[in-house]
Amino acid sequence: MDKTLRGKGAVIGIGELRPMRRRPDRTGIGLAAEVAIEAIADAGLLKEDVDGLITELALGEPAQLAEYLGIRPRWAHGVNMFGATGAIMLPLAVMAVSTGMANNVVCVINTPAGDVLPGMGAPNTYQANYEFPYGPGVAQNSNYAMIAQRHMFEFGTTQEQLAKIAVDQRFNAQANPLAAFYGTPLTLDDVMNSRMVSDPLKLLECVMPTTGAAAMVVTSADRAHSGPHPPVYLLGAGVSIEHGIPPAHAIKMVDTPVKHSARQAFQNAQLSPRDMNMLSLYDCYTITVAVSLEDAGFCKKGEVGDFAASTDFTYKGNLPLNTHGGQLSFGQSGLAGGFSHVIESVRQMMGRAGDRQVPKLDFCFVNG
Amino acid sequence: MADYTLPLPQPTILHQPMWDAFKQHKLVVQRCRACDMMFIFAREHCPRCWATDLEWYEVSGRGRLYTYTTVRQPAHPAFNELVPYVYAIVQLDEGPRLPSNLVNVPLDHVHVDMPLRVVWDDVTPEFTLPKFEPDPDGMARRLPHQTGAARIHASGVPAHTPAPA
Repeated sequence: MDKTLRGKGAVIGIGELRPMRRRPDRTGIGLAAEVAIEAIADAGLLKEDVDGLITELALGEPAQLAEYLGIRPRWAHGVNMFGATGAIMLPLAVMAVSTGMANNVVCVINTPAGDVLPGMGAPNTYQANYEFPYGPGVAQNSNYAMIAQRHMFEFGTTQEQLAKIAVDQRFNAQANPLAAFYGTPLTLDDVMNSRMVSDPLKLLECVMPTTGAAAMVVTSADRAHSGPHPPVYLLGAGVSIEHGIPPAHAIKMVDTPVKHSARQAFQNAQLSPRDMNMLSLYDCYTITVAVSLEDAGFCKKGEVGDFAASTDFTYKGNLPLNTHGGQLSFGQSGLAGGFSHVIESVRQMMGRAGDRQVPKLDFCFVNG
Repeated sequence: MADYTLPLPQPTILHQPMWDAFKQHKLVVQRCRACDMMFIFAREHCPRCWATDLEWYEVSGRGRLYTYTTVRQPAHPAFNELVPYVYAIVQLDEGPRLPSNLVNVPLDHVHVDMPLRVVWDDVTPEFTLPKFEPDPDGMARRLPHQTGAARIHASGVPAHTPAPA
């Protein structure tokens, strides 16, 4: 008996809002409800069909959202795995539907509405005693800048090679009317000349915080063909944690736990990186994409600079990457930012990506 | 001193001995007496063997610049008037890495792997911050990452790792 999740559940519906800088006329839970209702309708289901609910732990706690929507799930879960929250919801939901805990699970992530505030909340005890007295940059800018700096030192990666990732993703966003930067193309010079925020990271290599929300409906394999759209099956998944956020504790700062999680996902799927027709990689910064490409096995460790320079990551290219624009061009609506990679992958696999549709699409790799 | 406006540490019972040692200009890390593991992030348990017999252990104060960034948009607004400045991860010769600042060096002289030594910044009567400056005697020392990076784990290395020559 196959103990993996391979083929045991599928996404059959999605809903997503266009990321915006502010939504003064809306509430956070209203955004969550809007995308949940959209995804349920997209799946061809009725309110009564939904018996499972997964939300981000913070704002849209399962009980609060269930009560708001007037649904009564028999299985529910709140989850917060930082940027990986959206990606991990898929295997969590398939675990539920493949074991009979629920038939149709709706997964929802939202941000508060109102204004988007840059910056950080109160420091935790680690930050208060080891980081804040020395003045780190806003958000995660310094941590990822230092990963980039170390990568450049160890492997000779250049700023232009990293910047090119942002340029290709912005090209993709020009074919995505939902993207925050739709209608605003970008050149390599634009990225290179943008304001330095934390050397070597420049402004246009960092995500822009937005408000927004996204949702998907996951169902079991035996129900997967009930809806109007082709089901998108989960074939393999892996999770790995090596250290907390402070990268000072990474064994090697240029390595990520993606090397473990990707290996398990490929093993479960009985596929390899060469089988993938497109990628959706978490992109809070350009360097994040770069090290994920290496650790997931799309190029060797240390070689991503040349790989990025010689690979066309656009939806027309030889290895389409973040075809929705990625968070860098789509916008980062809190933890829904990392969910956008899952939603776009599903949209592409269903053949509903419009002008940016990747042809001959059998398999897609997503991380968070 | 009274007008020091930057964020001060907020020690818990776990961190207070570290800040007490820093006040005496002693750079300390936590060390497990059971397995010799050394680490920066203060704990009640050793991350390798889970023993609770831990001590604060004085290290040499010498290390290398593991990586750095020049901050131009600080998380805390009090740092705004100091930009640009260097925020760094220092790898101590003994193995553990810690965040700090580089001082007494022009921005264009900063490079990854440069040898460093601790200098003390007595910012208030209660708190002294360890910062780092170029170490003119450091070039002769072997690089931490050449002395067995594979043995480094969770920001620390076993104390029985051969001392850098």
